[in-house]
Amino acid sequence: MLDTIRRLVDEQGRLAVAAETIGDNADLYATGLTSFAAVQLMLALEETFDVEFPDRMLNRRSFSSIASIAGCLHELKEAA
Amino acid sequence: MNAPLDRGANVVATAARHADDVDRNGRFPIEAFQALKDARLLSLLIPIEFGGGGAPLSDVAEICTSLGQQCASTAMIFAMHQIKVSSLIAHGRGSAWHESFMRRVADEQLLLGSATTEGGVGGNMRNSICAFERDGATFRIAKEGALISYGAYSDAILITARRSADAPPSDQLMAVLEKSQYRLDRTGGWDALGMRGTCSEGFTFSGEAPIEQIFTHDFAEIASESMLATAHLLWSAVWYGVASDALSRAQSFVRKDARRHPNGPAPGALRLAEATSKLQLMRSNIVEGLKRFAKAQQNADDLNSMSFAVAMNNIKIGSSQLSIEIINHALLIAGIAGYKNDTPFSVGRHMRDALSAQVMISNDRIFTNLSNLLLAQRIDQRLGD
Repeated sequence: MLDTIRRLVDEQGRLAVAAETIGDNADLYATGLTSFAAVQLMLALEETFDVEFPDRMLNRRSFSSIASIAGCLHELKEAA
Repeated sequence: MNAPLDRGANVVATAARHADDVDRNGRFPIEAFQALKDARLLSLLIPIEFGGGGAPLSDVAEICTSLGQQCASTAMIFAMHQIKVSSLIAHGRGSAWHESFMRRVADEQLLLGSATTEGGVGGNMRNSICAFERDGATFRIAKEGALISYGAYSDAILITARRSADAPPSDQLMAVLEKSQYRLDRTGGWDALGMRGTCSEGFTFSGEAPIEQIFTHDFAEIASESMLATAHLLWSAVWYGVASDALSRAQSFVRKDARRHPNGPAPGALRLAEATSKLQLMRSNIVEGLKRFAKAQQNADDLNSMSFAVAMNNIKIGSSQLSIEIINHALLIAGIAGYKNDTPFSVGRHMRDALSAQVMISNDRIFTNLSNLLLAQRIDQRLGD
């Protein structure tokens, strides 16, 4: 799952660095993730993992690191 | 009447006395700001433990509205100052330098300005070109093409820049610099259609200060947790003041007209009825927003949520559009008496001042951001909380 998230971060995140060089807990915003790109990333995650992010997850913290994105996806997959 | 609003009454009277001159000459409202300082209203929001008034944002909004009825420039400068204060309160706590600075803002009634835009970023304050260049315990910053409202009259300026020279444009921090720590070189004047007293001139800002003056929180957090909401709510409160004064002038016109023609209301009377419904919408929008913000401040996730950002942006969009519609109605009601500058029914300055509402963080830019957020955010279909 982390590899897929990294691939989507590379495709949608418009970051200054490659996602493979970013630690699981590193702050994605500090590498240039904008709120605009975060929405594009969310749409790609929904499509790829066949989930829908609920309103309560639509905040800055959910997309702040690869680990926090994985945490949200785990929660959504378990609930499904 | 509660104490701060009571103290505000004298300030409002002072602002009213000089409003025409401030507008005509495009000058800073010196008298109103001396009165605001005398009444200790510049520190109204600062917690009592730091020497301020400890008032809720709704009190500040009320004063913005009262000032807006008389001198929109004074009201807007007051609003912009309070936005900076709200960032200090929300994000300066726990930092010794910022806490002591807050105390000084209260003791000395310092006026805070801000430099968040710069040439080359197309008005997007969430992108910076300039960077904080650290050198030991100090940093240097140089920002070109910054539009700094009342920059020449500020006692300190809150300025944004990239975290460091190798950081991406969106990875920003904010710092407070005091007047003695920066230099402003004027690059552009402010001969504007309205809000002429805000003196929002262009400058090249260059400064140097100790690193402790940089906020420890990311600017992204400051922007979403304190600036976005206070700016949109307080600006809206100012525009509400401008619109409500225009409509009250139109109402006086209709009443005068009705006394002269007792056999039926003038055509303008219908427009008055229509405009009061718009005014009520505008007011409800702002009051609801103030409540939403107060509630979100108790919950960090809500404060950083997309739905909160959408709500605050919509308040700005709604009130900026409604204010112009209302003032236009007031103009149609009073006719030539409203169009002329020297009658009690004149709404020319109201119209010019309120036109700024659409271009302060351009409505089109906000709509673009909103349309992106709405790819994720769901439409709220409930009436209640």
